[in-house]
Amino acid sequence: MEPKRLTLFAGHYGSGKTNIAVNYAIRLSKEGKRVCIADLDIVNPYFRTKDSEAELERHGIRLVSPQYANTNVDLPALPAESYRLVQDRSTYGIMDIGGDDRGAYALGRFADAIKEENDYCMAFVANRYRPLTRTPEDALGIMREIEAACGLSFTCIVNNSNLGKETTADTVLSSLPYIAELCRLSGLPLWMHTAEASVAEQLTELPVMPLTLQKKYFDLP
Amino acid sequence: MAERILMKGNEAIAEAAIRAGCRHYFGYPITPQTEIAAYMAKKMPKIGGVFLQAESEIASINMVYGASAAGMRVMTSSSSPGISLKAEGLSYIAGSDVPALVVNVQRGGPGLGGIQPSQSDYFQATKGGGHGDYRMIVLAPASVQEMASLTIKGFDLADKYCMTAMILADGTIGQMMEPITFEDETPTVYDKPWALTGTECKRPHNIINSLYLKPDELEAKNFERYEKYKQVEENEPMWEEYMMEDAELCVVAFGIAARVAKNAVVTARNEGIKVGLIRPITLWPFPTAPIAAAADRVKAFVSVELNMGQMVEDIRLASQCKKPVTLCNRTGGMIPSPDELLASIRKAEKGVF
Repeated sequence: MEPKRLTLFAGHYGSGKTNIAVNYAIRLSKEGKRVCIADLDIVNPYFRTKDSEAELERHGIRLVSPQYANTNVDLPALPAESYRLVQDRSTYGIMDIGGDDRGAYALGRFADAIKEENDYCMAFVANRYRPLTRTPEDALGIMREIEAACGLSFTCIVNNSNLGKETTADTVLSSLPYIAELCRLSGLPLWMHTAEASVAEQLTELPVMPLTLQKKYFDLP
Repeated sequence: MAERILMKGNEAIAEAAIRAGCRHYFGYPITPQTEIAAYMAKKMPKIGGVFLQAESEIASINMVYGASAAGMRVMTSSSSPGISLKAEGLSYIAGSDVPALVVNVQRGGPGLGGIQPSQSDYFQATKGGGHGDYRMIVLAPASVQEMASLTIKGFDLADKYCMTAMILADGTIGQMMEPITFEDETPTVYDKPWALTGTECKRPHNIINSLYLKPDELEAKNFERYEKYKQVEENEPMWEEYMMEDAELCVVAFGIAARVAKNAVVTARNEGIKVGLIRPITLWPFPTAPIAAAADRVKAFVSVELNMGQMVEDIRLASQCKKPVTLCNRTGGMIPSPDELLASIRKAEKGVF
């Protein structure tokens, strides 16, 4: 799929939007494109796009993130610079949207401009191993709530079904009927599967974007 | 076996509570535990339960008091400043001997502090926080799976002893995601003959109250309550020992700090330092027995905490000050790194305290 000028990643809490947005931004930048990524998450206090600031900088990717991200203040305000993504059409823009409808409200203010330009892809990130999106019907419900909150419609689905560090090729393969049913119910095409790089390697039959995940200080030995 | 699912720590608490038979949740939102309320708000209406966002923390803890008096399995959750507001209610619940589950997903303090993770409510949880002579059972999960299992355990202990069980977690464990399993278990149901369920004119009415008009009656009640606490201290301490068999140094850490500690212990072992870890799972009752046993074998203890060393005095008491206790700590939302702890372990190994 030829990348759209704007790519929006939205979905349920903890479906993996941030990891995918960061990895996709790096992929586009490696293809030689000018990329800007915006953290529009107004609900999540920890584990944000800003955690990958150094990595993004290394790839020459501009990061727009709330002034108070990763500080001790719980002030979910977006910077004026967020408008750069919709206004500067010379750059590929990637938006990391907060979880659920509550996270997607922040996107609403950009909806008219995004629709006017009409060169965007809005991906619903799905993980069948999350408790509140266990069935395709539950996932569809969250999809509709997000659309109602932000005033934009999804254009495709990303399958990020995973079990964290326990993810195997089988974890992803077992999610295929679920994703097929979600595509059928929503009438949307599957854009791609995503999986941590070592798992992605084993999924040669599928269109998979490999993910590099950050190592965390609390990972167990 | 039931299938693995990927959960946030906060969600695991909420789902576990529902599975434990909790149908009443009263709370007020605060970062970093808001997902508990969000999950309850989504799920409770679907299963005939009550989710109520009260006008304040004080209101919500008193709703817990009321629902518990009526015999219900009930919970509230908050984070550090919110727990301070609930302190009056916690004392009333203790003085009335009714069960409750209270969750504290800690953030930095004192005061408004910050939203990043912390363990600085150790004193408040284990030594009181509200007024009067009372105790709470304090459970300290160190994984998302334990957020679930200790929530279920907390409800059982609260019902068994008619007292508050507190889940003392921190922002990181609340926010992090791990795969977990819920076993299909039927919740244990405890007989509650004291509950205010309506007499139907068939029995004398029950009274739930923490006011005693006569000083000697209040004294007798306090003595009786401490007999109950003695039972808890004898029967309920929980802990994990990691590489302690031949250890000459003992790291003590709970919650998120214990995960950092495990990494440092493994690295130190590779350097040939004989170090192990004792991880208290109950902070009250404190696991005195393993610490006392270790005090006869190890050279020193290293306490790892996200606070100014609040657990150090409990380690000293449990070890009867037989060996030095050093501290490796960060505060304000910072977390000690495995390397920082490794430096503390190397120093203790050389006898530098």
